[in-house]
Amino acid sequence: MSAGLFVFAPGFFDNEAVHVALAVGTAVAIVTAVVGVFTVMRGQSFAGESLGDIGTTGGAAASLLGVGPLAGFVAIDVLAAAAMELVGVQRVRGRDLATGVVLGAAIGLAALFLYLDTTQGSGNGSTVTILFGSIFAISSATIPAVVALAALSVALIAILYRPLLLATVSPEIAAARGIPVRLVGALYLLTLALATALAAITIGTILSTALLIGPAAAALRLTTRPLRAMLVATAIGIAAVWVGVVLAYDSYHWPPQEHGWPVSFFVVALIFLGYLASGLVKWRQEREA
Amino acid sequence: MSEAVLTVEGLGVRIAGRQVLDGVDFAIAPGEFTGLIGSNGAGKTTLFRAILGLQRPTSGRVLLGGRPRSRRGAGIGYVPQKFLLDPDLPLRGRDLVALGFDAGRLGPSTRLRRRRAAVEEALAAVDAEAFADTRVGRLSGGEQQRILIAHALISRPRLLLADEPLANLDLRSAQEVVSLLARVCREQGVAVLISAHEINPLLPVMDRIVYLAHGRAASGTSEEVIRADVLSRLYGHHVDVIDVHGRVLIVAGAGDDADLAGCEETVEHTEVIQ
Amino acid sequence: MMFEGFMVNAWEVASIVAVVAGVVGFFTVLRGAAFAAHSIPNGSFAGAAGASLVGLGTLFGLGVFAFAGALGIGLLGRRGRHDAVTALMLVMMLALGALFVSFSSEYAPEVYSLLFGEVLGISANAVLPTLLLGILCLLVVAILYRPLMLSSALPEVGEARGISAFAMELAFLGVLALATTMTVPVVGTLLIFSLMIGAPAAARSFTDRPAVAMALSVAFALAIVWFAIAASYETNWPVGFFVGTASAAAFVLGRVWAYARARMGRRPSARPSPS
Repeated sequence: MSAGLFVFAPGFFDNEAVHVALAVGTAVAIVTAVVGVFTVMRGQSFAGESLGDIGTTGGAAASLLGVGPLAGFVAIDVLAAAAMELVGVQRVRGRDLATGVVLGAAIGLAALFLYLDTTQGSGNGSTVTILFGSIFAISSATIPAVVALAALSVALIAILYRPLLLATVSPEIAAARGIPVRLVGALYLLTLALATALAAITIGTILSTALLIGPAAAALRLTTRPLRAMLVATAIGIAAVWVGVVLAYDSYHWPPQEHGWPVSFFVVALIFLGYLASGLVKWRQEREA
Repeated sequence: MSEAVLTVEGLGVRIAGRQVLDGVDFAIAPGEFTGLIGSNGAGKTTLFRAILGLQRPTSGRVLLGGRPRSRRGAGIGYVPQKFLLDPDLPLRGRDLVALGFDAGRLGPSTRLRRRRAAVEEALAAVDAEAFADTRVGRLSGGEQQRILIAHALISRPRLLLADEPLANLDLRSAQEVVSLLARVCREQGVAVLISAHEINPLLPVMDRIVYLAHGRAASGTSEEVIRADVLSRLYGHHVDVIDVHGRVLIVAGAGDDADLAGCEETVEHTEVIQ
Repeated sequence: MMFEGFMVNAWEVASIVAVVAGVVGFFTVLRGAAFAAHSIPNGSFAGAAGASLVGLGTLFGLGVFAFAGALGIGLLGRRGRHDAVTALMLVMMLALGALFVSFSSEYAPEVYSLLFGEVLGISANAVLPTLLLGILCLLVVAILYRPLMLSSALPEVGEARGISAFAMELAFLGVLALATTMTVPVVGTLLIFSLMIGAPAAARSFTDRPAVAMALSVAFALAIVWFAIAASYETNWPVGFFVGTASAAAFVLGRVWAYARARMGRRPSARPSPS
């Protein structure tokens, strides 16, 4: 076996699943990078992580109802974002608590839906697919919905950009200047929910935070300007998805078995390496300065 | 003078290549009320951290009771600068004070009766009995301040450090805190070192002043320190000291208005105008 | 009957877990460490998956990954963006978990039970390790009680008194890892978190006293777990569903109570005071 002696395994460029994966991955990487920069700046990583996990509930419910997972992710994440807002996610103190309570309740529901799924539904191992994702399993019919949601999220951020930035840096100043801080925060949370749902369809619900936080956190270590950080984060995100797809495709020829390593593992590992590398770059920059 | 509670000798601190403190010398006698005055960024908090042993000096030393510190925090009560307590924290003022009694120890408390008595005594010393059973997070800034002073006093320190306790308090609350600290100083025989960027609220009660500017310090009675020549030397340029109806106003000298120090002292300027 | 045979193990183990979760959760809420309490159990899932892949005990794998996660969060989060680091540590561990799961082909049911718990399937020989780890956990909390309390409420003051906030953070994360190791096989990685947040968060709405709050937290956790087991036994639905929803319900109940109390309390004080 010529294990991994090629960059692009035979058939890579003709494979439809690969085409869909690259298209969806690119769109999602752009959205998560743009939204993620604000998530990191606002210190809402936990909310992003929770919305990702909560997606499990929607995915399981969708599978129970025989609907596509994306619809489930979007519906449950928007609901959960509203619940978090209601329980008090807008206060910095106790915010994690509000997030955690909603997360706990949603995961409880997920446990039920997954259980019903396996006992009554098709029971075709959807647990693992929902949790860890499978970018190669996305059907090409999903692409329009993904692109539409991606465009909506980016448009929301573009509209909110300036008030959101000020509200992020200093809620007091923003409020004093007449910006409806709570409304802006709630709209941002909605955007975060959309982005998380998109990330969940790409690399799975419980790994979705990687795309959201990783590229953005790495970019914010390299530059402090939000717009530039969004560009850098987008580049990191797209690179991680593309290289991840290539490696996952190659890995069908790797040990220990002939069924490939999970693509989500590669994407997350590459993002994590990117984050570590950004620390190294920053350290060198600081030493030279 | 009997053995000083606190002696700071030639203290210098460099942080990230910046000389924050440079050759700071002063001593505090037992039961003395000392004001540490300086504008924002003058190095007051760094000096406190060095006294507490949280910041390693690059030169000089800090002596407590004439000897190098035995262990961190021994014999010093500390009231931190900014504290924003969670309103949902399930902790009454009384509980926070009790933590001051023996929080450094491991395991469950074995001296419950003595601790209860000590808590009552400390609460009484700061007139905090009325709100001791309310959640600390729901108390006003001045009330939280009192609870924290009681917390610091209960360990019977010889020196009480209060970092900017007057910041964010209205004029009346600030006066109350000053007179409270002065009373504690006299009644309990605790030396008090209080930092502030305004000198006037402290003038009536200070035994000694340590004036900090650009990382250097001048110390003595307020008559010795608040003089144009002393402060000019400290700032490195001409400074005027003006007395307006018993309030002191420190301004950058004429023709020197481009210098930042003039702006730094506008806090006191605006206070006079009010 | 729900109190016979194998069910006795479930009641015993779940009760131990509830007591520990109530106590540790009290500090989790006090320190606002919900994210760490979510990440350490969740990330340790990878350890369980990896351990079963190489043929080691699940408990061992959970323990190693829980402590590695705690150390990683503590050290990496020391400077800079704590929450982003926690999130990244978590997803990296989960991704490893995904890899391990993919290597062992028939792992799906075990993934489910690790994530969501399998309290009804607890065997008699799980009782003793759980009890020992639980006692160890409570012992550590009892020893550290006062410094941890001060450091959680007022880190600067603790620091000035010689209680290192960083050491306390590491100690707390260590306790969290210990609690994770013992509880995850019982209630699952995702649900230990519910128990650790819901019960203590509800408790502190009912009282101002720390000791009472901790006792209430334990009582709530026990009530939630007992209710969940009974309901799960009756309906055959997963126990995690009942733990998650009951925890959230307890929290909401606490908030309603606090709100009502605040409204009742405001009225008398609205009158001008005699002074």
